[in-house]
Amino acid sequence: MHQIVQACIVGILTGGIYALMASGLTLVFGIMKVINVAQGALVILAAYLSYTLFSQLHVDPFLSIVLVTPAMFVLGVAAQLLFIRSLRGPEGSELSLLVTWSIALGIEGVLSVVYKTTYRSTIPSYANRTWDIGGYHISLVRAGAFGAAVLILLLLFLLLTRTRLGRAVRATVQNPTSARLLGVDTDRVSALGFGIGVSTAAAAGAVYGVIYPFNPGSHYDLISRLLSIVVLGGLGSLGGAILAALLMGVVEALVAVEISPIWSAFSFFVVLIAILLVRPQGMFGVRERTL
Amino acid sequence: MRRLNAVGAARGAAFVSALAAFPFVVHAAWIVNIGVITLMYAGLATAWNLFSGYSGYISLGQAAFFGLGAYSLGILFQHMSAGTGYRPFEVLPLIGLGVALVSLPVAWIALRTRAMTFAIVTLTLLFIVQQLAFNLHGITHGSTGLELPTPRFSVANYDRPFYLAMLAVVTLALLLCWHVRGSKLGLMLFAIREDEDKARGVGVRVTGAKLVAWALSVGLTAMIGGVWAYYLTFIYPESSVDPLVMIGAILMTFLGGKGTLWGPVVGAFVLVPAQQYLLTRFGANQFYLIAYAAVFMVVLLMLPRGIIPSLRDVSQRMGGHGRPRHDVAVEAGPGAPA
Repeated sequence: MHQIVQACIVGILTGGIYALMASGLTLVFGIMKVINVAQGALVILAAYLSYTLFSQLHVDPFLSIVLVTPAMFVLGVAAQLLFIRSLRGPEGSELSLLVTWSIALGIEGVLSVVYKTTYRSTIPSYANRTWDIGGYHISLVRAGAFGAAVLILLLLFLLLTRTRLGRAVRATVQNPTSARLLGVDTDRVSALGFGIGVSTAAAAGAVYGVIYPFNPGSHYDLISRLLSIVVLGGLGSLGGAILAALLMGVVEALVAVEISPIWSAFSFFVVLIAILLVRPQGMFGVRERTL
Repeated sequence: MRRLNAVGAARGAAFVSALAAFPFVVHAAWIVNIGVITLMYAGLATAWNLFSGYSGYISLGQAAFFGLGAYSLGILFQHMSAGTGYRPFEVLPLIGLGVALVSLPVAWIALRTRAMTFAIVTLTLLFIVQQLAFNLHGITHGSTGLELPTPRFSVANYDRPFYLAMLAVVTLALLLCWHVRGSKLGLMLFAIREDEDKARGVGVRVTGAKLVAWALSVGLTAMIGGVWAYYLTFIYPESSVDPLVMIGAILMTFLGGKGTLWGPVVGAFVLVPAQQYLLTRFGANQFYLIAYAAVFMVVLLMLPRGIIPSLRDVSQRMGGHGRPRHDVAVEAGPGAPA
């Protein structure tokens, strides 16, 4: 029993970080019907940026969130303007899938040229410290990463509900045509929205390197999980993505202690297929129409 | 057959016989090697096009079935020592059939989803198979890889049997595509691509049509995986279930022209020699990845319709020299990208 509770704690802490990465992915889909396959590569890019700041300038990885996120926001807006804006028409979403995939390949290539393919990790002085609460071990960095993720998700929530931009974003998600008719500049919303999506990857990536070792190829593993999470939650549903991320974290951690760590990622894909069998639109999704 | 026209048949026969004669004229092993890889991608792209190009459902997971084919052959001939020499080529159709049948229940679940969700679900299939290849250590030997018996083909022309086997699969794929395009199944698939809800409304059995096309595509992909495994005689999870192989085949289909008969082959014959040249020039390292990403981006942003449809447009604009084709309506119909 003790083991199971411990696994659930680890699962929820991990799930929180995935929730942050997935929230940007699902938000971008909601706004412009684009699946950003490069989200995993962007997380890894942010992890490398934070790693460089830490190893060269001794910037604390948690502090580096504040530096890396705005930089990547600008990068995201630029990527949207350069590569994604021009994809319109009925096949726009499919093409965007392949375009963002090639962005991911490009990032992977550049990172492997600059940093080589050896595994890195950001190890601050407090990396191995844990709290013991009622006999359960809670790693300090995992708890810190979870806290940061919750804080940023809260900020995202406030941005979406309390600001003009947030209202424009939600209007665009609900119905782009009507939003345009009511004077929302959907092109601008798309660019900023893509930037916000990339920012969530950046913030999560800055702390990712403290928890996991990573190399330029790590993004395949990440994106497979992130995509499963957003499909499980229902494409475009922010709450669904967060819930699915926590569910994934817990399922994986439980399988890791009860069966074997090598089956933990696999188990989540099985959960995904099982849920799609019952609800093809995911837990909170709306059924997609034809292309 | 119904729409066998002399020009088309002659073109197909000339293409296949020229390719078949190629390794008997050119003996340099490295050139024939490039030929094998080119044909492999031509086959993969044609198989991908048969399902995704015709039905409009983008599958990102066909590499899973390439890997399943490779491992089926590997396990059959390593663990059960079922023979060597030309034997593995003879069991290829069985492997294709087997993998296609195994994939059907999964496909039935995946095909309950639409558009983007379908693309993502198929992508997770790829990771599921890769995980299985890693974890089922007893039969796949996990990350250490699986070795196949090396056939005793003559050293001078070692690549030739593999080349001819690949060519046979590509020919089969093209024949199947050609047949599907002229059949009721093809019409059903094109209708699904244009508007699935309407197609269902007028009585097209959409699920059945999608599953048949899927099975054909997967079977061909698995056969190509089998030949590839035997050619390399050594397979491991990362190389046999490689997202890059799949994305390469998709890129070639887009370059040549998605939904056309010859497009994927044209795309492969343009890109693979260039890709192999880059590989030998820069080595299989990171610059290669960057170059690949750049080419992909250029193709998608500049030429999203592909070479063949664009050429056809040009020839029509030049005064209608292009032969009137009865299938223009489905290829460049109102739903086609402008």
